[in-house]
Parts: sequence; C-alpha cells; structure tokens
Amino acid sequence: MKNWKKGLSALVVAAMAMSLVAGCGGKGDNGGSSNDSNSESSSSGSETVIKIGGIGPTTGGAAIYGEAVKNGAELAVKEINEAGGINGIQVEFNFQDDENDAEKAVNAYNTLKDWGMQALLGTVTSAPCVAVGEVAMSDNMFLLTPSGTAVDCVQYDNAFRVCFSDPMQGLESAKYIGENKLAEKVAVIYDSSDVYSTGIYQAFAEEAPNQNLQLVATEAFTAESKTDFSVQLQKAKDAGAELVFLPFYYSEAALVLQQAAGIKYEPIFFGCDGMDGILAVDGFEADLAQDLMFLSPFTPTSEEEAIQTFVTDFQAAYGGTPNQFAADAYDGIYALKAAMERADVSADMSVSDICDALKTAMTEITIDGVTAKSLTWEANGEPSKEPMVVKIADGDYAVVE
Amino acid sequence: MKKMNKITKSNLITYVMVIVIYIAAQAMVMTGNMSSLMQGLLVPLCAYVILAVSLNLTVGILGELSLGHAGFMCVGAFISAFFSKCMMDVIPMAGLRYFLALVIGAAAAGVCGILIGIPVLRLKGDYLAIVTLAFGEIIKNIMNILFIGKDANGFHFSTKDVMSLGMEPEGKVIINGPQGITGTPKDSTFTIGVILILLTLFIVLNLIHSRSGRAIMSIRDNRIAAESIGINVTKYKLMAFSISAALAGVAGVIYAHNLATLTAQPKNFGYNMSIMILVFVVLGGIGNIRGSIIAAIVLTLLPELLRGLSDYRMLIYAVVLIAMMLFNWSPKAIEWREKYAEKFKFRKKAKAEEV
Repeated sequence: MKNWKKGLSALVVAAMAMSLVAGCGGKGDNGGSSNDSNSESSSSGSETVIKIGGIGPTTGGAAIYGEAVKNGAELAVKEINEAGGINGIQVEFNFQDDENDAEKAVNAYNTLKDWGMQALLGTVTSAPCVAVGEVAMSDNMFLLTPSGTAVDCVQYDNAFRVCFSDPMQGLESAKYIGENKLAEKVAVIYDSSDVYSTGIYQAFAEEAPNQNLQLVATEAFTAESKTDFSVQLQKAKDAGAELVFLPFYYSEAALVLQQAAGIKYEPIFFGCDGMDGILAVDGFEADLAQDLMFLSPFTPTSEEEAIQTFVTDFQAAYGGTPNQFAADAYDGIYALKAAMERADVSADMSVSDICDALKTAMTEITIDGVTAKSLTWEANGEPSKEPMVVKIADGDYAVVE
Repeated sequence: MKKMNKITKSNLITYVMVIVIYIAAQAMVMTGNMSSLMQGLLVPLCAYVILAVSLNLTVGILGELSLGHAGFMCVGAFISAFFSKCMMDVIPMAGLRYFLALVIGAAAAGVCGILIGIPVLRLKGDYLAIVTLAFGEIIKNIMNILFIGKDANGFHFSTKDVMSLGMEPEGKVIINGPQGITGTPKDSTFTIGVILILLTLFIVLNLIHSRSGRAIMSIRDNRIAAESIGINVTKYKLMAFSISAALAGVAGVIYAHNLATLTAQPKNFGYNMSIMILVFVVLGGIGNIRGSIIAAIVLTLLPELLRGLSDYRMLIYAVVLIAMMLFNWSPKAIEWREKYAEKFKFRKKAKAEEV
C-alpha cells in the first residue's frame, strides 16, 4: 500500500513534468492553435508573423463580453491578413481566457508571452486589466484594451484604450441629462460589486449637483442579487424620480425594464455603453425599451458604410449582431495596425522595441473606425471619442442629435 | 546512529520535498528553461499550498469542516495590502515593509479567527460548516462596501460611497469599495513564499505532534472522552481554528502582494475559493499534510496546463477531478489498488527469492 502510494505520487510528478515540457514545446513552434484565426500564417513561417495576443473572459459570467471581443478582433485580423497584413507581414491572433479574474488574467498573459506575443489587445474587463497592466508595464509590452474602462487600466504610458473611461461616461451622462433638461429628480440603480458600474456612478454623482440634478434615490445591488430589482424600483418610484440612471450591462437592465413595467413605473431610463445589445436579449419585448436612452460609441443600425460592412461581415462569420465590445475590439486591431505601420514595426523586433515605437506612433495616428470617425489618442491613453446618445424607438436604435 | 523516529522521518520527507521542488524550480528559472506561465504561477502556488496546509489543520486535525477559509485569506490580504499601500512612502524598504505586512496580515486573520471561532465552535458538523460559510461571505461583503480614504486630516471611513468620505480634493482613496485596492506593491517572491511554506509546515507539523496537537486530535476522535480526561475542549478547538486562520491570512498576504489589484470577488475570496481549498485538502487526504501540498500544486497547475484545450479545459478539469476522487477514495478502487499492490509485492518477493 505504502509503496504503491509512492509509486503513484512519482507517476503524477512525472506526468506533470511531461505535460510541462509538452506544453512548452507546443508553444515554441506554432502554438496557440486553439484560438488561431489565421491559417495562412503557417505557410509564411513563424519568423515573419506579427503575433498579437488577446485576453478576456470566454467562460463564466462575463463570457459574452470576452466572446464579443474575441470575434471582433478575429474578424479584423482576418480582413487585415486578406488585405496583405501589416507592412506586408501576416498577423496571428491568439485569445486566452481569464475568467474575469485578475490572477487568471496574469496567467493568460504569461501564456501569451510564452507563445511569443508582441502586442496585447486586452484585457476585456477592468480589474484583470489593472493587474495585467502592471505586469505589462514591467515587461514593456504594448497594451491596448478594447473595453477596460477603469481609470487605472491605462495608468502607465504603454497602455491605451479604445473605449470610454468610467468617469467620462458618468460625467457625460450627467451633462447630457442636465443640458437637455430631461429631468430634475434622478434615481440611480447601480451594481456596487462591479468596477464599471461604481466608477460611472461615482462620476455621475459628483457631476449631478453642477447640472442641477437632484439624486433622490441611490440604490445598489451586487453580482449575487441581480435578478430582483423590485425594491430598488419601488424606492425610486416613491421618491418621485423622473429619470432612472442605469449604469450597468444590458442583461440586468432588461430585467429592470421588465420589472418597472410590472409595477407600472414609467420614468425615462438612461444607460451607458453597457446597455448596447439590450434588444438582442432572448425573450425581451422590444416595446419595453421604448424611449430608453443610452450613451454608446457604436450603433449597428447606422447607415455608414464602414459600420454596415462590419455588421454584415460579423453576422456572416459569427451570427448575431455585433455589440460595442466587438466593435471596440475591431477598432482596436485596426488601431494596432495603423500604429504598427506608422512605426514601421517588423516581425523580428523585440517586444520592448515595438512598445517604445508604438507608444509614440499611437498618438500620431488617426483611424476611421466603427466606434468613431477620425479617432485619435492622447499620450495618457485616452481616445478622442464623443459619445453618441442612442434612443430606442419602435424596437430599433436611433442616434439622437 | 539511532534509528530515526517514524514521525520525524515523515516530517523530514515533507520538508525535503518542498526544498527539492524549490531548488528544481529555481534551477529551471536560472537556466531559462521555465516558461513565463510557470514563473508567474510560482507565487500563487505558494499561497495555495499554505492555504491547503492551514485548512488541513481545521479539517484534518481538528475534524471540523470549515467552508469560510477564503474569508480569513481575504482579511489577511486586505489588511496587509492596506498597510503596504499606506506605508509605501514611509517605509521604502520592500523587505521590511513586506515582513510587517505579513505579521499584520497574519495577526488580523488570527484575531478574526478567534472572534469567529468563539460563537462558531459551539456548533459541530454540518452546522459549523454552514456558519463558517456564512462568516466567509460576511467578510467578503464587508470588504465590498468598505471605503477608506486618506488626506491631510487623516483617514476617512465610509460604507456608502467615495463621495461620503468627505475628503479634501487631494485626498487619496485607498480602499475603493468593490474596486478594492489597486497599486499594491509587488513584494511577494517565490523564495519568500517557500520560506513561508516551510514556516507553515514547521508550525503545523510541530503542533500536530505536540501535547496540544494530541489534545486536539483526541477532541476530534471523541469529544466526550477528551472532556472526561480534563482536556479544555474550547481552548484547544479555538487554538487550532485561530492558527489555521492566521496561516490563511499569510496566504492572503502573499496573494495580495502578487497582483496589482485586489478585489473581493466570489471567485477569489468567496465560497468558490473556500470550496476550492477544501478540494485540495480532500483530494490530498484529510489529515495528510504532504498530500495537501501535492494536491494544491496539481490542481492549481492543471487548468493552466490545459489552456491548449481552450473552453474544454473546464470540462476536462471537472472530469479529472471526479476520476481522481474516485481513484483515491472509492472503496472499490482502494480494494483494486490493494489487490494490485499485493500482486506487485508478491512478484517482487518471488523475484528476490529467485535471485
């Protein structure tokens, strides 16, 4: 028995060592086959490929955002490769799962580093992005997050983002509501366990007094109690709020709207970019969202040609309408392409050299993306984007001028 | 030379195993043979090993099922990260600051263990498990509503939001509610982690084989008999529970000082984590310290090594877990193993006789 156990432990150790070696070996040559979006890369050889990594949740509660980013980025990479690549070099994209967890995100980052990543598009969610940002800074790895909205995501000079920051969205929302005199009595419902939601709420609450907005009710919920909003809505109703600000994602917002209709409460509902995609929720009646307003960088129904092509291609490739995460990732890849072309990046440059080159190139480029026209970046990592206010009318999105 | 005591020998094997793994890992890092992924995993591994060993003290030695272990880790992590963040300018020496953070984290978690232990240890079995689960969640949720800021006037506390801290404009928010603490110095290193593992092992193994340890185990085996021979049940239970909590706090300190961001999510400090640690202990063998170490290492590495399978890795991980549990603990499997082992032994003996 004893001997047997020793044998087993030796076996386990051996198996682990083997898998370790095997894992490393696999990563060395052509790795990342799991999420490889590009089949042409193998023919051109591994030295002449620019490797871009991506990190985001593809499992767990935040998986829809990670999947969207992954698909959006893969679509862009495919298009770039078909058009001849960056500076004539093919691009390889490898997307790793982080389960929306800071520790796993760092693991994913290290996996990508082993694979030979030269620039990072990620991470998708805020808290992991801060953790990865710290590691990326010490490695001098260029980081462009498609949707990490927290302020700290881009605290270092090697980090840039495609989306709005949390405070900016809160500020813009308050300004828009105040300037257009949508309401005076405002209620806020927010997810106190979520960085994104709390960040927007804080900025909103700070700006509200300047816009003569009166916060009559502030109700929080957490990730563990996000199915029943009747208490929060009832409080907002009792306080006489004319407008309810919902700075969180559409899946919860759909429930809020349904439950508000249940208690016959019809204020103006106002959301942020996370609201985008609400009409695609299964079993959600579009007329509940009638007159719902939200800030968004991206509307899939826009008439613009670039957006139309993106939406059609995305639907053809993955089914379903792309949301703003996919759009941000799509623009992110094109921004990387533009910056790499500007900086004349070649495949054999080291990570650190690429990063230094991209840092300056990033502030010099202008791209026409699907989330904004003539998008530019400041050295502090923030994009120059004006949020559009989208209003839902007759089951469709429409931009409010 | 006197023949070594069986217990001493077993303990020695455990220490040597840790040291050998350490040397092997260090050698691989030095020679550049270790992938970045593995290098990044070294420090978390230390934290998980300490967690598994410390929980084994409660589950294996004290014999009480605790489902709130991540809560103590959370206390250690937050208190120490808070300390390090505040003292970043005051104590520029990383080593000293980290040492103090460790002491403070362990002490805070230990005190929490005592406070929670006093009411909880009156219960036993399933009831105790559920109450510890509740306490773990309470700790996590408190961390999620806590806002602490610092400005020229000192510290400001709030449980509502940043605005109600009422700070001066230049004030800095240190604990930002659900956003937790960001910018903790990255002080944890593999070497310190291994030293802490050895220290944990030293404390736990010596406790087990001491007079107190035997008292604790006698409570586990028969509470009434232990009481009848004059063992102070409450004292020893509380002792094991708080030591276990303090060691979990140490693991929390390592965890917090390895990542730049610390948030109390269900994933890292909720019941998910508590159950994860329990899985390490159960798989490694309840009461078997060396087993806990191996199980913690294997189960932490497994999902990372399976990354190549992308989304299937979750499924494979679960299947492997079921298979390993069955193989280790199902009566039929044990029977089969014993039979096989006997055959093996018999063959060996036969061979030896032939020679």
